[in-house]
Amino acid sequence: MSSEPIHTDMEHAEEHDTMTKKRIWNVFYILLAITTVEFIIALYLVPIGIGGWHMLYSTANPIYIVLTLAKAFFIVGYFMHLKFEKTSLVFAIIVPVLFIIGLILVLTNESHHWIDLRM
Amino acid sequence: MSTTVSQIDEVKTTPWAGGRSPFSVEYGKLMMWFFLLSDAFTFSTLLISYGALRFSSSAWPAPDLVFQSVPGMIEHGAPLVFVGMMTFILIMSSVTMVLAVEAGHRNAKKEVVWWMIGTIIGGLMFLGCQALEWNHLHSEGFWWGSIPDHTELATLYRSGTAAAQATYGHQFANLFFTITGFHGFHVFSGVIINIIITINVLVGTYEKRGSYLMVEKVGLYWHFVDLVWVFVFTFFYLV
Repeated sequence: MSSEPIHTDMEHAEEHDTMTKKRIWNVFYILLAITTVEFIIALYLVPIGIGGWHMLYSTANPIYIVLTLAKAFFIVGYFMHLKFEKTSLVFAIIVPVLFIIGLILVLTNESHHWIDLRM
Repeated sequence: MSTTVSQIDEVKTTPWAGGRSPFSVEYGKLMMWFFLLSDAFTFSTLLISYGALRFSSSAWPAPDLVFQSVPGMIEHGAPLVFVGMMTFILIMSSVTMVLAVEAGHRNAKKEVVWWMIGTIIGGLMFLGCQALEWNHLHSEGFWWGSIPDHTELATLYRSGTAAAQATYGHQFANLFFTITGFHGFHVFSGVIINIIITINVLVGTYEKRGSYLMVEKVGLYWHFVDLVWVFVFTFFYLV
């Protein structure tokens, strides 16, 4: 019996599909672009606005959160290389993180009641 | 594959049949991932508590009024400029870190060293900026358990009674220093670890070992620190 790991052709393909210098800089430009959009919203669209129109905080906040999650995807996926790892590892890391959503829901609901308590 | 192997040997070839890691990553790297997962939970609890307290408050300091100075240059009227610089520095140091990992894949020792030094400088610059930011807030009167006097505090709010401003000002100060402090401590540890790894690269430890996997592992930690900052930045400075 051989103890050597068996490499299939598919595994080799995955090994080659990795971070090249070009890809690293592309991800950097994406992160920079997303951050710039966040700044445009925070510094112009909300306080100054365009032609009398202001973006509301209630509109801006979900946009910030979506953009933050997009940045998280690029950092974890490309910089931390998770996108190129085995599916089993991806699930081992991502599935536990989903429990955080549970905590967010519970505490958002809870803090809603705190408002009433504090009145 | 040969067709003469026994049935038992064929069963052994599936990823979960044992004998090799089904994740096909090295042990230390897998453990680094699991450590980061636990750290992600720690930071989540801190940030979610912050969110819950802020969500249930009747007044909260406006980020663009609190953070509107560039220490040593502009005292007022430059909202988020300084933190923008900090964000850029940290993203930049993440890029130099991946470039170090990429150089490590090619066993290019010299390049690894230079990119690691770039990462360390980025980390130190970020820590310096954070020290200035803390110093600025401290000089305004914010610290754990302390807030500026009520007239100055009122300039940082867009609404709320004086009593509410004092209460939630305290919460803001405690949460800000705790969460950015915890993150800053991670950056500090990251810089120390990066220095140790750079020294190891320089003395040729990984050259002898034949792989720069350790650079990848500290890289994971460093990117995680950057990732946390992305969230801290959003929830403290933008929202």
